Amino acid sequence: MSSETKQILTTDGIPLEVSLKKAERKNKIKAFLLVAPLLLFLIITYVFPIGDMLFRSVDDKMVTQMLPKTFKAMENWDGQELPEEEVFAAFHEDFIKLVEDKREGKLSTQLNYTKNGFKSIIKKLRRKSKSFEEGNYKEQIMSVHKRWANVEYWRAIKRRAPEFTGQKYLKGMDMYVNEEGKIVSVEEDRRIHRVLWLRTLEIAFFVTVFCFLMAYPIAHLLATLPMKYSNLLMICVLLPFWTSLLVRTASWMILLQQQGIVNDFFVGIGLVADDNRPEMMYNKTGSYVAMTQILLPFMVLPLYSVMKTISPSLMRAGKSLGGTPFVAFWKVYFPLTIPGIGAGCLLVFILAIGYYITPALVGGASGTLISNQIAFHMKSTLDWSFASAMGLMLLSGVLVIYWLYNKLVGIDNIKLG
Amino acid sequence: MALPKYTEPHYRIWHYIYLTICGAVFFFLIAPLFVIFPLSFNAEEFLSFSDGMKRLDPDAFSLRWYKDMIYGTKNPWGLAAKNSFIIAIFATIGSVILGTVAALGLSSRHMPYKGLIMAVLISPMIVPLIISGVAIFFFMAKAGLAATHTGIVLAHIILGTPFVVITVTATLSGFDHSVTRAAASLGSDPVNTFMKITLPLILPGVISGGLFAFVTSFDEVVVVLFLAGLENTTIPIQMWTGLREQLSPTILAVATCLIILSTLILVTAELLRRRSERLRGINR
Repeated sequence: MSSETKQILTTDGIPLEVSLKKAERKNKIKAFLLVAPLLLFLIITYVFPIGDMLFRSVDDKMVTQMLPKTFKAMENWDGQELPEEEVFAAFHEDFIKLVEDKREGKLSTQLNYTKNGFKSIIKKLRRKSKSFEEGNYKEQIMSVHKRWANVEYWRAIKRRAPEFTGQKYLKGMDMYVNEEGKIVSVEEDRRIHRVLWLRTLEIAFFVTVFCFLMAYPIAHLLATLPMKYSNLLMICVLLPFWTSLLVRTASWMILLQQQGIVNDFFVGIGLVADDNRPEMMYNKTGSYVAMTQILLPFMVLPLYSVMKTISPSLMRAGKSLGGTPFVAFWKVYFPLTIPGIGAGCLLVFILAIGYYITPALVGGASGTLISNQIAFHMKSTLDWSFASAMGLMLLSGVLVIYWLYNKLVGIDNIKLG
Repeated sequence: MALPKYTEPHYRIWHYIYLTICGAVFFFLIAPLFVIFPLSFNAEEFLSFSDGMKRLDPDAFSLRWYKDMIYGTKNPWGLAAKNSFIIAIFATIGSVILGTVAALGLSSRHMPYKGLIMAVLISPMIVPLIISGVAIFFFMAKAGLAATHTGIVLAHIILGTPFVVITVTATLSGFDHSVTRAAASLGSDPVNTFMKITLPLILPGVISGGLFAFVTSFDEVVVVLFLAGLENTTIPIQMWTGLREQLSPTILAVATCLIILSTLILVTAELLRRRSERLRGINR
């Protein structure tokens, strides 16, 4: 009884606590409703499609659906000896159906991914199967080509039975499942993707380092100069920041070409001979130079906004306590700028690791990154599931860095301009 | 940055080395943009300074490539410019509306799961463009919106909203919520309060977010490469094609126009930033 009397009631007789909770919930719903349109829009047009990529990258239904009866019959086959007649009969039935739909070409392409040599024997089988007699398909199919009597080819077919596969991810790391079902690497001279991953990391890392080394002094200068000078110099940072990426890449193409201004300058000061102009574009150098200049503002701006908050009196105090300017800088100023360094480096690294346009234009063959490979598979080979797999591998790397960024800096602390 | 008189010589030397390094970095940042300017007035077809240009001979300069940009039949720059502006304007409007409303919700202290939702809303800015391109292409192809203006506008809204969300939330962080409560206590309904009180105060943030969204759309090429058909070509697509096939001086004429445009945007953004700081009472 005593607790009831203590309860404070609002004018309509509802306990205050309940009434407050209700108001709180109402405010929550109100706030959420404001965010809902954008959130819903992004979930439908952006988050789900990325999930769709995940599905595509492991989806392997194509062959499963082309040979349904075969795989059903193969369920009891142990894969040691050649399969029984019933498997051959089922395969024949599936195959005739595919030939009717004119889809046997797709089957041969798909099976060829698993094991080389399927293309020709499927073509031959299609020709010969027209004159097949009913019954004893095992003998008839095996007589078409000696590979049809080879158990390894039947094992290769069986490997395509599952509806989902991780083989695209393995391919992205230059690995595959061999005949014994073990995961092995491809031969050394065919490991193109590993080279690309390493090169992407290498270029992103060094671009970040170069950006840091260049941005630190100028951010410091901008933060310590009087306002009227620093505003003027800030234009040098902001104008490139606002200028089209393609315009900036174009200017590097003009500067770095063999008859370009940089080479002219080198010849002019006698650094290189006129007939021996170095190739500075269509290789790694081009990617490094252009990407560093393009991403530099993204390093300068976070550093500047952190340095701006550091009081100059701290350095003076450090010096007055007996430190040389270098000691004062290293012990006092530098540690205070670490949040800015973290923000800038992570931002530049994230942007560099997914760069596409600039490497494609000035990178040539030795300066392209993993993004270019993804675009190549999307547009040229049309192997969309492989492109999705590589994209997701890249994305998971970026998300780890994003998470780190969030831990260290907080995404709500991103500042623009 | 004048050094005090008592500075020892070797620190003096260090100081000048430091200034030289800074000068070199500023030069590295800004000089490439100024190469394009003179070369776009080149009378010849080469992309390097001709002897005439080095002597400042007036005959070596011409407006030839600007004429080619406007009247040239081979280059559909007109169509591209029209498409680019239409797409960028609609994408900006969409981004600003969706982003501002979402930022209002996000800045409310009642917002549940703020961190997680913010992470989702910002993600199009963090996820590499090539992945966004692939994902958006899959969606647009399924929705039947590939190779349409609508599809590209929607894609650019996705890419543009993070900037609006960030700038508007930043502006709202210094926003005094008692003014909206005052308006409500005087009998104003929420929509009226927003239009008359909140919006004018956060307008600088909204506009600078809009500028970011505009530039993002106007400059975007990776996603459009996946989505655009022949009639959806934009300025960046034309430049991309031109740069891949053959660097012609016409591209430099276009680039010069784009630099002028970005200068205008930079000036607007800077003025807005200063106004916003003044309004928020931040004196730096």
